[in-house]
Amino acid sequence: MADMMVRVPISEQDPKVRATNFEEVCLGYTEEEAVQEASRCLNCKNPMCVGGCPVSINIPAFIQEVKARNFEKAYEIISESSALPAVCGRVCPQESQCEGKCIRGIKGEAVAIGKLERFVADWARENGIKPKNTSTPNGHKVAVIGSGPSGLTAAGDLAKLGYDVTVFEALHEMGGVLVYGIPEFRLPKDKVVKAEVENVKALGVKFEKNVIIGRSITIDELIEKENFEAVFIGSGAGLPMFMHIPGEQANGVFSANEFLTRNNLMKAFKEGYDTPIARGKKVVVVGGGNVAMDAARTALRLGAEVHVVYRRSEAELPARAEEVHHAKEEGVIFDLLQNPVEILVNEEGSVKGCKIIKMELGEPDASGRRRPVEIPGSEYEIECDTVIMSLGTSPNPLISSTTAGLETNKKGCLIATEDGATTKTGVYAGGDAVTGAATVILAMGAGKTAAAAIDAYFKNK
Amino acid sequence: MYQIVKKEKLSDKIFLMVVKAPRVASRCLPGQFIIVKMDEEGERIPLTICDYDRNEGTVTIVFQTVGASTERMALLNEGDAFDDFVGPLGQPSELCIEENLEETKKKSIVFIAGGVGTAPVYPQVKWLKEHGIDSTVIIGARSKDILFYEDEMRAVATELYLATDDGSYGFHGNGCQQLQALVDEGKKFDHCVAIGPMIMMKFVCLLTKELGIPTVVSMNPIMVDGTGMCGACRLVVGDQVKFACVDGPEFDGHLVDFDQAMARAKQYKTEEGRALLKQQEGDTHHGGCGNCGGDE
Repeated sequence: MADMMVRVPISEQDPKVRATNFEEVCLGYTEEEAVQEASRCLNCKNPMCVGGCPVSINIPAFIQEVKARNFEKAYEIISESSALPAVCGRVCPQESQCEGKCIRGIKGEAVAIGKLERFVADWARENGIKPKNTSTPNGHKVAVIGSGPSGLTAAGDLAKLGYDVTVFEALHEMGGVLVYGIPEFRLPKDKVVKAEVENVKALGVKFEKNVIIGRSITIDELIEKENFEAVFIGSGAGLPMFMHIPGEQANGVFSANEFLTRNNLMKAFKEGYDTPIARGKKVVVVGGGNVAMDAARTALRLGAEVHVVYRRSEAELPARAEEVHHAKEEGVIFDLLQNPVEILVNEEGSVKGCKIIKMELGEPDASGRRRPVEIPGSEYEIECDTVIMSLGTSPNPLISSTTAGLETNKKGCLIATEDGATTKTGVYAGGDAVTGAATVILAMGAGKTAAAAIDAYFKNK
Repeated sequence: MYQIVKKEKLSDKIFLMVVKAPRVASRCLPGQFIIVKMDEEGERIPLTICDYDRNEGTVTIVFQTVGASTERMALLNEGDAFDDFVGPLGQPSELCIEENLEETKKKSIVFIAGGVGTAPVYPQVKWLKEHGIDSTVIIGARSKDILFYEDEMRAVATELYLATDDGSYGFHGNGCQQLQALVDEGKKFDHCVAIGPMIMMKFVCLLTKELGIPTVVSMNPIMVDGTGMCGACRLVVGDQVKFACVDGPEFDGHLVDFDQAMARAKQYKTEEGRALLKQQEGDTHHGGCGNCGGDE
C-alpha cells in the first residue's frame, strides 16, 4: 500500500533535456497514477478546498469520480464551474488556493488537486468530449472584450445561460495572456489553449479577432450600432512598466511582454516563423514574479546564461514556488537582494552590461513585505547583452479613454463593484483590467461573478 | 481573411494594395496605421494608411520590399487575402481632426514626403482639400523611377513640388533643399509635416528648427502588437519615453531623439542580413531603417 501521506509523484521532463526545448515540462498523471492520487482524497463533509477555489469547483465530487474511474462524469462536474480546466490544472497557484486548504496537507502533502484537474481535462480532450450547452437561446446580445481567462469564462457562463455572446479580441489569436504571455513549456498552445477556446465555441460563443475596442469600434458603438445590450470588459493589464534608469532605451532591453510575445504569440522560437527574437548569450531578467520566471526560462531555452535579479530575498519572490524550483533545476541563476541602477551601453547603442546595487531588507512596507534598502557603495557591474524588464503591467487606457462614463482609479484600473459592475450601466468588467496584474484563476473568478451579475441585470431590467 | 481587391506596382520595390477591411475603413483617419499579417508564419507588419473608402470598406496600403517578410508580401496578388489586418491604430493626425478645423485653417502648411513616405502624406493632403484647406507638398525621391503618386497628389495638393536626388525629374536636390529654395523665394510656412525615412525626417527637422517652422513627423519603429503592450516602439521625445503605437505615430519632430530611434530600428538587423541586403540592392542600397529601406 502506498504511503497516503505523500502524493503520487508526477513525471517531468529531465531538467537538462527540457532546458533546451519548448516541450511541456510536466508530463501529467497516467490513469493509474490519477486514480491512486484521487484515493488520497478524504471526501470531507465540509470541503475546505472548494472555498479556496475562486470558481468554486466541486473538488471532492470530481475527485471521487476519478477514484471510481468515471472520468467523463468528473469532467462534467468540473465543467459546471470552469471553462478552462486544462489551463487551470497547469497554471493555477493551487498551493495557495484549493491545495492550501486541503486537510491532508496538515500532516502530510495536500492532494494534488491541480494535477488531477489537468488529468481530467486532458482525458476529456483526448477522448473528444466537449462541454454541453443545454440552454435555450434568450436572444439577448452580450459583447465580451478580450479573449483571456476572464473573457472566456464570462463568455462560457453567459452562453450556458442562453445569451448570444460575441468575444472581441485585439490580437490575431484567441486566449489573451494564455497565448502571448505564458510559454509553451508551461501551457501548450495548440494542444491546450486552442482546444479550450474550441470548447467555449462549442457552447455557442462567437469570436471576432483583430478588433481593438476603442480603435476599431467603441463600446458605445457596440451598444448603439451593433445592438449589444451588455458588455463585459476583460481586457487585462497589458502595458509594460520600465525602471526609468539610464540606458533603458538601448538595443537589447526588452519588456518581458515584448520578449514573451515574440516567442509565444509570434512563435519566434520555431523554425520557419518570420518574427525575430534576441537570442542573448547572457541575459539579465529584472523582477521575481511568474512572468519573470517565464522570461528567464524562455531565454534559457533560447541558449542564454540567465540571471534573475530581484530586489528582495527568496522568501518574497512573488512567483509560484513550483516555477522558481523549475527555473533553478534548469539552471537559471538567482541574484537576490540586488537591483539594477544603470544599463551599460556600447558605442553602437546596444547593451553591454548592467550596473547593479546590493540591497538589504528594512522595515515592512505597505504590502507587509520588508522594504528593500540599497547598501551604499555596493554597486558592481555584470556583463550581459540582453536585459528583460519584468516589473509588472498596468491596464491599457484605450478602452477607458474612449468610453464616456467609464471611470478608472489612479493606477488606471477600471472601477468596478465586487460583482463587476463598472460606473457605466450595462457595462461590467473583471480580471486584470480591474485588479491590475494578478492570476489566471482570479480573472476567471471575476469573469464568473460578472456573468452572474449580467444575468441578474437582464432579469431586473 | 482580408481580401486584396487591387494590387499595383508603383516602382521597382514599392507596391500598393487595396484591402477589404470594413471595420478599419469605417473609422480610420489620416495619420493612423494598420498591422498586417500574411499568414501563420508571418510577422505583424505596421503600415501607415494611405487611403480609405468607407463605402467600399477598403483600406489602401503602400509598402516597400526591404526584407523577407515584405518580399513575401509582394508576391500576393489581387484575389489573395491576408490572414490578419487590424486597425486603425495610433492617433490620427492633429491636422485631420474635425475639432481642430478652425485652428488648422489658419495654418500655412507644407508637407515633405520622402520616398515611400508619400503614401501616408497623401490622405492628410486629401482630407485637407476636402475641408477646403490649402497645402504645399514636396515629394522627394532618389530618382524619377521610384517617385510615385504624382498625379494623385497633384489632384489634392494646392502646390506640388517634385525633387530628385539625381536630378532625373523636377528639382535637383532633396526635399530639404527644395524647402529651403521655396523659403528663399519668399514662401512662408508655419506648419510642416515630414514623413519618410528617419534620416530624412531628422534633416528636415534640423532645417525647420533653424527656419522656426513647427514640424510633425510620423515615426515607424519596430513594433509587435501595436496596442501598447510590448514597448518595442518606445522613443525618446523631449524628456519623455513615448510608445509610437499608442502615443503616436506622429510626434513633434523637434523633440524626437532620431539618433536613438535609428539605432533602435537596427535592432534585428544582423551583420549578415545587412550584407545580404547590400548585395541584393546594389547601388540602390541605403541601409536599414527596418521599414522603408531608405535610411543612411
